[in-house]
Amino acid sequence: MLRTAASVLLLALAATASLAQAQEGPDALVKNVAEDTLSAIRADKDLQTGNPAKVKQLIESKLVPHFDTVRMTALAMGRNWRVATPEQQKQLTEQFQTLLIRTYSNALTNYRDNKMTYKPLRMNPGDTDVIVRTEVTRPGQAAVQIDYSMEKTADGWKAYDVVVAGVSLVTNYRDEFNDVIKSSGVDGLIKALADKNRDSPAK
Amino acid sequence: MNRAALPFRRAALALAGATLFAGCAAGPTKEDPLEPFNRQMYAVHQVVDGNVVKPIAEAYVKVTPELIRTGVSNFFGNLDDLFTGINNVLEGNGQQAGDDFGRVLLNSTFGILGIFDLGSMMGINKDHKDFGITFGKWGVPAGPYLFVPLFGPTTVRDGTGTLVRLFIGPIGYIPEVPLRNSIYGVGYLDARAQVLGGESVLDTAALDRYRFLRNAYLKNRQYQIDGKLPAEDDDDAASAGNGVLAPPK
Repeated sequence: MLRTAASVLLLALAATASLAQAQEGPDALVKNVAEDTLSAIRADKDLQTGNPAKVKQLIESKLVPHFDTVRMTALAMGRNWRVATPEQQKQLTEQFQTLLIRTYSNALTNYRDNKMTYKPLRMNPGDTDVIVRTEVTRPGQAAVQIDYSMEKTADGWKAYDVVVAGVSLVTNYRDEFNDVIKSSGVDGLIKALADKNRDSPAK
Repeated sequence: MNRAALPFRRAALALAGATLFAGCAAGPTKEDPLEPFNRQMYAVHQVVDGNVVKPIAEAYVKVTPELIRTGVSNFFGNLDDLFTGINNVLEGNGQQAGDDFGRVLLNSTFGILGIFDLGSMMGINKDHKDFGITFGKWGVPAGPYLFVPLFGPTTVRDGTGTLVRLFIGPIGYIPEVPLRNSIYGVGYLDARAQVLGGESVLDTAALDRYRFLRNAYLKNRQYQIDGKLPAEDDDDAASAGNGVLAPPK
């Protein structure tokens, strides 16, 4: 009897927990994902020394699910996205995601000791597009603002841009992509991204 | 990386002078009319920095205990705070200037010439302002982008701001030349070492490092002046993200 009651209670708890997760706000999501990732790094020597395979695996499991990489690619392509065929769009998204993972791996390895603070979220009920503001403090230096542009999807909140000290990742890539497409077309960009991903092994 | 230019004030000055004349030459983009010239300067920088300065900065990080490096960074950071305070006064941010000067006072005395950042420990936040930002807030346009070897990205406005700081900076008043030059040298090394991490991220991220760095530099400076993100410059792009299968125009 007691055991049944206990297991019912456990089930109820589990249900509440997953419900809470599904309804997690964008600010809580950013905080949980960031803290989770940082504590995983602090607990693992291989991650601290920047073991490429392990860092990549960490990012793919913990971070990538919370980014809308298709939308990021589309935004980085700007008006060129419409010119690309669906097959090109697929390849671009794959290559861009790989590049972002490498860049993130590198950033995580370089900046793992920084402290993150989270600013209060300004959001109206029913908003589906918000900016979550955070700040990274490094000892002896002015804080760096990192803002995440988040959208609500059927799959929960997802980030589609990261703005570091006023520099939007997506916009910075848009300038790069534009220039490459102007000189060598969409296929040229796919090739440039693929070459980049092959040549510079993530540290 | 403002104080990075300290040992190179003459070269930087000559270059700024040259640019005033070269500034009217037509070039590829609005912000970077001197791009061909800048790219040559970037290539020069890559050779000298990559073969000499960067290895020294990496060795410095490797052999010097973190505690000492932090002390060195704090010492120069304390001078930065002084100029941040001055610029906050010039920009009319009295309250922030009070914090900045409070930090300088505290760190210069109890923090032993700035080696210990007691201000941060006590929760007085560090800010960053420089003359380039102040000029920008006063409405001075950035002018052409410049890449100065061994110094990095700047603009005519920001470079002028750096020169102003060089001429009024306290280290220039140290009468003993060897001591003064040593302080300049260590300051340069410290500044170079601090950007190693960011440089490594840039190497991984950029398809074209020159372009990526330029665009990021200009946007970051604009952000520091406006305090807000630049407006979306490509309205097609905003809608492009909504539908993956948006029909071609």
